[in-house]
Parts: sequence; C-alpha cells; structure tokens
Amino acid sequence: MVNAAYAIVALPLIGFVINLVLGRRLGEPTAGWVGTVAAGGSFVATLVVWAHMLGQATAHRTTDLTIFTWFPVAGLHVNAGLIVDPLSMTMALFVTGVSTAIHMYSIGYMHRDPGFDRFFVYLNLFLFSMAVLVLADNFLFSFLGWEGVGFCSYGLVGFWFQREVAAVAAKKAFVTNRVGDTGFLLAMFLMFAHFGSLDYSAVLGPVALHGIAGTTATAITLLLFLGAVGKSAQIPLFIWLPDAMEGPTPISALIHAATMVTAGVYLMARVAPMLQYAHATAWVVASVGAGTALVAATIACSQDDIKKALAYSTVSQLGYMFLAIGAGDYVDGLFHMLTHAFFKALLFLSAGAVIHALGDCQDMKLMGGLRKYLPLTTIVFGAGWLAISGMPPFAGFWSKDAILASAWQMNKALWAAGVLTAGLTAYYMSRQFALVFSGQARWREARPVASPRTGGDHGTGGQEAPGTGLPAPAHAEATPKDPSWVMAVPLVVLAVGAVLGGLINLPFFHMDFLSKFLGPAFPTATAVRVSSSTKFWLFWATLAVAGTGLVLGLRTWQTAAHPRLEPRFLRRAWYVDDILAATVSGPMRAVASGLAFVMDRKLVDGLVNGVAGSLALSSRVVRRVQNGYVRTYALGIGIGVVVLLTYLTFRTGS
Amino acid sequence: MTVPGPWYLVLAACLFGIGATGLLVRRNILVMYMCIELMLNAVNLTFVTFSRMLNDLGGQDAVFFVLVVAAAEVVVGLGIIVAIYRRRSGATADDISSLKG
Repeated sequence: MVNAAYAIVALPLIGFVINLVLGRRLGEPTAGWVGTVAAGGSFVATLVVWAHMLGQATAHRTTDLTIFTWFPVAGLHVNAGLIVDPLSMTMALFVTGVSTAIHMYSIGYMHRDPGFDRFFVYLNLFLFSMAVLVLADNFLFSFLGWEGVGFCSYGLVGFWFQREVAAVAAKKAFVTNRVGDTGFLLAMFLMFAHFGSLDYSAVLGPVALHGIAGTTATAITLLLFLGAVGKSAQIPLFIWLPDAMEGPTPISALIHAATMVTAGVYLMARVAPMLQYAHATAWVVASVGAGTALVAATIACSQDDIKKALAYSTVSQLGYMFLAIGAGDYVDGLFHMLTHAFFKALLFLSAGAVIHALGDCQDMKLMGGLRKYLPLTTIVFGAGWLAISGMPPFAGFWSKDAILASAWQMNKALWAAGVLTAGLTAYYMSRQFALVFSGQARWREARPVASPRTGGDHGTGGQEAPGTGLPAPAHAEATPKDPSWVMAVPLVVLAVGAVLGGLINLPFFHMDFLSKFLGPAFPTATAVRVSSSTKFWLFWATLAVAGTGLVLGLRTWQTAAHPRLEPRFLRRAWYVDDILAATVSGPMRAVASGLAFVMDRKLVDGLVNGVAGSLALSSRVVRRVQNGYVRTYALGIGIGVVVLLTYLTFRTGS
Repeated sequence: MTVPGPWYLVLAACLFGIGATGLLVRRNILVMYMCIELMLNAVNLTFVTFSRMLNDLGGQDAVFFVLVVAAAEVVVGLGIIVAIYRRRSGATADDISSLKG
C-alpha cells in the first residue's frame, strides 16, 4: 500500500510527458483533462498512502522507499528515494489536493488561450517537482524538486512572455530565488562535510540522537533559511512575489500562494531536530517571519491591483508560518500552511473569477458593486475573506490563534507584531472585499478605458478574451457573470475547506487531529505552556484587533478615494525595490561593466590579439628567408651540407 | 706512368668547387645548369676513382645512376628554361622569384 507513494510522483510525470508530446494534438480541453486526471490520481494515491499510514502504530509511520541510486560517487552516495512520514504526507495531501482543484479551474480559466496545452505541461511538471520536493528522502533530491518548482514558476510567471512585464517578472523571480538557492547549496556542502551524507535520516537521525555543535547547527540552518527566504518570499527577498502576479491567476493561486512558496516552511520544519541546537537561527527565523508579516501587511493595505494585494497578503501569511517555526511550534506552522493553502487559493481563484467577469480588469478602484452580479463569487470570496481575517469559526482563526499563543510564549514583541498584523490583515482584506463587491459599480464608466489599457491577465490572447468564449468587445458590454461549472466546482470545494479547515486541529474536545498526527514527528517542538486564562485573554485581544480592522476596512472603503490612507511609501512597498536597486543592482552593474572593460577588453581580447600580433611579427621576419632567389637556396643547402658533414666528421672522429 | 689516385680526387674537388661557386655567383640559368653538370661529373669522377682504388665496381654502378638522373634532370630543366624564354626575353635566375614569401 505504501508503494502507492511512487504513483504520487509518477502520475504527474506521466501527465507531463503525455501533454508534452501529444498536448498540441489533444488540444482543448482534452489536454487540460489529462493534466487534471493526473493530478487527481496523484491525490488519490496520496490518500491511499495516508490511509495506510493511519493504520500503522505511531512509531512505525516512517517508510523510506528507494527508487534508484542517483549517483554513487566516492564518499557521496545519493539515492532518488521517497520518504513517507507524517510531515511529507501532510504536505503531499494538501499539495495534490489543492493542485487538483486548480488544475480543474484552469480548464475554464485558460479557455481559448493559444498556450492551453503548454499551460498544463508546466502545471503537471510543477506538481511532479513539488511532489519530489516534499517526498524526497534526502536534501539533494529535494533540491531537484526545489529547482524544478522554481523553473516551473519561471515558465508560468512568464507564461504570456510576449508581454515584456511578464518576461521581466519571470526573470526577477528566478534570479531572486537563485540568491536563496546559494544558501541551500552551501548548507548541503556543509552537511556533507559534517555528516558525509545528504539523507534526511543520516543527517537528522544522528542529530536527534547525539546532538550537534551549536555553531554547526546554526550555520547549516541559517544557510537553509536563506534558501527558504528566497523561495518563501521573506524580507528582503520578497520582492519577486508581487511581480510574479503577472502569471495567469491559477498560477498565482497554486504556486505563488498555496504550494511552492510554502516549500521554505517545509524545509525549516524538516530540519526541526537541528533547529533545536541553533537558538540564533530560531530567533532569526521568528524575527524575520514576524517582521515580514507586519511589513507585507502594511503594503497590502495600499495596493490597487487585486492580485498584488493578495500577493502581499501571501507574503505576510508566510511570515506567520515562519514565526511559528521560529517559536518551535512546527505543528501550528504547518496547520497555518494548510488553512492558508485553502483560503488563499480560494481568494486567488475567486479574484480570477472577478477578473474574468470584468474582462481582464485587475484594478480594484475600477470595480465595486459586484455583489449583485456575481453572487457565487461573492459568497466564496467572503468565506476566504473571513477565514484570512481570523474570524471564528473560519479556518484561519484557529491556526493564527495557535501561532500567536506560541509567539506570546517566545517573546511579547513578536506577539505584538503578530496581533498588529492580524488587525491589518482583517483591514486590508475588508478593504478588498468592500472595493470589489460593495459600493458603487465603478466598472460601468471605467470599462471602455480599463479593459484594453490595464492589460490585465490576458495580454496576448489576441482579439478574444479567454475564458468567456466571447469576443472581447461584446464581452465588455455584457454584465459580469459568475464563472462556468469547471471553475465554480473548485471554488466551492476550496470554500468548504476555508470554512471547515479549522476542524482538523481544534484546540478542545481532543479534536486536535493534526497535532496528534504530526506531533510525534516533532519531538523537539517547544511545548506551549501558556495557561488557559492567558490563552483566553490572548484570544479576545486578537479577536478585538482583527474585528476592529474588519469594521474599519469595511466602513472606510465603501467609496474608493482615500488617498491619505495610501501613502506613497506603502504603495511603493517601503521602497525595498528601489533600495535593492540602489545598493545591490547599481554597484553590481558598475562592477560588471568594470570587469567587462578590464577582463574582457584588456585581458581576454589582449591575449587573443597578442597571440595574433606576435605571429604576424615573427612571420614578417621569417618571410625574408624565402626571397625566391635560387642561389640563396643553393647557398642554404650548401651551408647545411657543410654543417652536417662537419658535425658527422667530428662525431665519428671523437 | 700512371697518375696516382689522389690527383684525380683533387681534380674532382676542384671541379666541384668551380661548379658550386659558379652556381652561386652566376645568374644565367644556362650557365647555372652547366655548373650543376660540372658538380655532378666531379662527383662521378670521385666515384670512379674510388672504384679503381678500392677495386669495387659499386662506385661505377653509382656513376650510371648519376648519369641517368642527370640526363632526366636536363630534360626537365631545359624544358622549364625553354618555357621561361618563351615568356620573357632574357632570363636570369633572380627574375624568377615571384613565388617568394
């Protein structure tokens, strides 16, 4: 039964190959269904493995499956193998589950896109890479998946590569991630030097048994965290994620909200045994997480683009997860990852439905009053909105509350940042909800200008707006409508997840299923020792702050014009991009052009030209010998004979 | 009275020296040709002399080879010279240096 784990990885790969080879011939929508079935099969396989695992005793839930020996080089022996344990299963379950929903949604969303089949090729490849990332039994194989999802992210952000912004954003995402990957690689070198292996069991097993020197643990985990910062878009490398919204909306939901960006959190949770010995890292992780949560939340308050606001929100929520990891509360970090996957995917997909309904308009200032036209979308978006705002009993409330309790135990300042973020989250999400769904219908007058100019999601779809089946001009005149059933079903499924997701880990009545399942995987987790009265007090404080944010956001943003609430500082995202441009890109560019002159012009060119020049010079000298006069040659021969004879005479003579 | 062998050798050396010098200093191709013949025959004389002195017919054999090669060379060389004379009026060896580097 546990062998079904192979299928989790294999099915998306098969789907990828089929779509790669036959995709164009299968066409629309068959290629999409192939991808969706592959993803769904992968999900079913995960369920089978999971059910099998639940039947095992807690101590025997870790299985290591070797697929093949990847490379056996002297001293370094790396298998391509899968590890099946509660942590990898939790990840695999939500990755394949959310993925299946989004695959299906994409069939509707990418309708009539010229790159329909290419989209599903990337999507299946992404799912394969993500499955490898979470299921691999060693760091290097995980890194393969890590790079694979990075590549798919690049390909999908730049899916409409004819648009320059999209191509640039894709490059930015890739390069920024590369900065983090350096950390991951260095951490692997360090681990190999120290443990002689890259297997999770061979590295983390001894650490759990015998411990590890604090400095080594700190170095390794800090370097791994650098990788996580890149992949999971934390300060200061978060700049790529908002730009990544240039990709199609299902991609924003799947890769840049629900799954890929949580890879960093997974990695840090995986090395939990080592984090125990690295107190400095724990503090760095928690502080960066809390800081990012707060900063990104403030930025999200002033964004006009419906997807960019959600992107900053994602960055902020990922900060929460790192806060939990840093506080040693791995289970709740992963719990929040799960609930976030549901409600953020939901929010993105319903945002996609809105964008579609309005003919590719993404500016929230040009929306409003859509409640009447998009009843279903309003309801599901509303569910996501309440879930992320932390309103009980929606999913986000439970996970956020648990994280804040752990943060309180670790440090009051971290807790304060978390609570403030909770308030801001409620505020900006309510702002978004109010701007899009209530108030005046601003899209009526704005539409003729907005539709072609703002570009929106489908820049290259030609004359037709994909997703509706109607030519763009006629579409722009029509009233906005709820999406078709292929898009509606995933929305409803995810909405149910966003509402009920909290059920998997309720803090009372022994209903903390996730903690029971995952808890044994983290023997080193910091036990939460907050008294129930304190918890009660924390709960009300958080709820009060979030409620205030919610009400403020809703009341303020019934109308769209509040320039004082959107200072330039926040709109430009704390000028992080500009600061990086000035401090990193600028000097790098100067160094590069300097090197181009010194190295290339002087050294490389000089070397090549020097060789040619010296040859020309020596030829000019040697040429004189061949003057064409026979007697010179004869003289040469004569002298040669004399010299030879002399030599021979004297040699034999001696 | 017989002439002693070394005299022939000295004569051959003198002939060879005259031929070599002529080859190097004269520019007329025909004269240079004659000089070459002179050198070849000086060598022939040496061969024959040694053949007599050492009582070995091998030297006289070699002379035949040299004569044959010289005859062939003359055929080719004169052909070239005639071709050159057809193209230009006079011919010194230094004029034919258009293939120099």
